[in-house]
Amino acid sequence: MAVLVFLEIEDGAVKRSSWEAVAYGSALAKQMGKETIALAPSAASDLAHAGNYGASKVWQAEISVSAESIADLVAQAADKASADVIVLAKSLMADLAAPMIGIKANASVGTNVVALPDLSNGFVIRKSVFSGKALADMKLEGARKVLTIKKNAVGLTKTDAQANVETFGASVGSSKITVKEKQKQTGEILLPDADLVVSGGRGMKGPENWHLIEDLAKTIGAATGCSKPVSDIDWRPHHEHVGQTGIKVSPNLYIAVGISGAIQHLAGVSSSKVIVVINKDPEAPFFKSADYGIVGDAMEVLPKLTAAIKEIL
Amino acid sequence: MKILMCISHVPDTNTKIPFKDGKPDLAGVNFVIGPYDDFALARAVELAAQHNGTVTVLNVGTAATEPSIRKALAIGANDAIRVDADPQDAFFVATQIAAIAKQNNYDLILMGRESSDYNGGQVHGMVAAMLGLPCVVPCMKLDVAGSVATAYREIEGGKEIIEVALPFVAGCQEPIAEWKIPNMKGIMDARKKPLLVVPPVATDLKAQTVHYEQPAQRGNCKMIDAGNVKELVSLLKNEAKVL
Ligand SMILES: Cc1cc2nc3c(=O)[nH]c(=O)nc-3n(C[C@H](O)[C@H](O)[C@H](O)COP(=O)(O)OP(=O)(O)OC[C@H]3O[C@@H](n4cnc5c(N)ncnc54)[C@H](O)[C@@H]3O)c2cc1C
Ligand SMILES: Nc1ncnc2c1ncn2[C@@H]1O[C@H](COP(=O)(O)O)[C@@H](O)[C@H]1O
Repeated sequence: MAVLVFLEIEDGAVKRSSWEAVAYGSALAKQMGKETIALAPSAASDLAHAGNYGASKVWQAEISVSAESIADLVAQAADKASADVIVLAKSLMADLAAPMIGIKANASVGTNVVALPDLSNGFVIRKSVFSGKALADMKLEGARKVLTIKKNAVGLTKTDAQANVETFGASVGSSKITVKEKQKQTGEILLPDADLVVSGGRGMKGPENWHLIEDLAKTIGAATGCSKPVSDIDWRPHHEHVGQTGIKVSPNLYIAVGISGAIQHLAGVSSSKVIVVINKDPEAPFFKSADYGIVGDAMEVLPKLTAAIKEIL
Repeated sequence: MKILMCISHVPDTNTKIPFKDGKPDLAGVNFVIGPYDDFALARAVELAAQHNGTVTVLNVGTAATEPSIRKALAIGANDAIRVDADPQDAFFVATQIAAIAKQNNYDLILMGRESSDYNGGQVHGMVAAMLGLPCVVPCMKLDVAGSVATAYREIEGGKEIIEVALPFVAGCQEPIAEWKIPNMKGIMDARKKPLLVVPPVATDLKAQTVHYEQPAQRGNCKMIDAGNVKELVSLLKNEAKVL
């Protein structure tokens, strides 16, 4: 009987979102009176830190990672651990692995979960639906559940405890998908994981002005995002596009510059904690969904804002 | 090449979701093909044209979804299947799709990246696991040559160029193709295209919504003068505590 948490590893270390998943799994395990076991697909320098967030042990496998192989691995570990609940931090990989785990490990699936489940009447998860326009509490049936959790679904508290790392032998199928080439920006803060996000819209006028967005982002350590038309016309790469048909972010701070605030853009940002809008049109709809607003020309406001922040940091 | 194109029928993204008696009241809401599914459909029609293939549209839904199915036919799909059932959860939908796929040999099973009602992003992964097929999500570009496809798959911070043999499942998103708008001839032709209605296969229910809530509204937006950005910085640091 256990809660099993899958750890995603990037550049040889566990992703921070996976530590949140461990904290979530441990909080849940405590409520259910169970043990938390972390599961890693490969070695990483910091696996034992899973103990910091409440895992009693880490099973370390050695597989070549794909959604399919993760699903096989997790299904085998879930059987060995007699896992009642499997937790993954939301990511592009986990988004696909979770429904596969649902089938392979015979679990009901809850994706994009935003809080700990309510166990008072079955197993009820909370998620946002209709692209952020409503919240739904969903009861998951069956003896086993697999969840992907969104950023900030649980607070991250940390102890000094270390977890024992044990080898886990798994036999997984190889992916039938061959990766020919990987194009990835390195050293950048990734949008889905970011605590702070600065986004630009069509009001930025052109890619030549994006250094203003980037300067502000760099100053506060934020990821950069954009509206859909901006990525459609190739001012920015597609993976920066935020909204209904792009990435849904939930940072502590979202700064939107020259974005009108269309309902489809809001769908991707409404769960941000604090929203700042800079727009030259006082009637821009985004102001109605913001916490702080400045009416002004982005080209003038942005450099001033960056400079003012540099003064206090 | 035989393509199975799975479409969901969802509230128009432009509409608000009205609430009545503590739950969404969708009676007066305009429904459309899911926006991601619409991208996939556009590519399905293009691929069928290039490869002398066919596109079968599949929806799990009640008769109320037929306008969306007819629209997909008007955009260029050849025929359609509707599994006559209320799509209760992703597992139910995936079971129906897998059952149809097992009866016919499709070379490609295309879907959207996620439906925009329950935003589950689950059906494609479940169908792939049920059928033992590879699954490409989110698929941003898709070309087929012979029995092999080349695709762009989004990864965090970039993309991968991948190769995969047919058949497989893909959950698509832009910029895979431009949304297509049906023309008059398409709309006329669509009326005559076959739409097969079949009963669902029996399955368990794995998830059901027991309660809805409207998200908390943000308070009033505090406006700061453009000449006084320092005040904004101070508010973000001391009031909102996010810097
Ligand atoms: C099915 C569907 C899905 C969609 N999905 C998404 C999505 O995921 N994400 C998304 O973003 N959109 C999405 N859209 C598009 C959306 O409806 C809007 O068209 C889009 O968000 C507008 O982008 P924008 O605000 O950058 O541009 P615009 O609407 O053109 O707004 C530009 C804003 O910049 C302001 N501005 C102009 N000059 C300046 C200046 N010098 N300084 C400051 N402000 C200035 C203007 O006042 C205006 O408010 C979707 C649409 C559909 C139909
Ligand atoms: N009721 C349905 N009928 C047919 N296809 C569906 C249905 N619901 C979802 N799909 C497909 O599955 C994809 C993922 O949906 P979801 O898992 O609900 O987010 C959608 O983009 C559609 O292509």
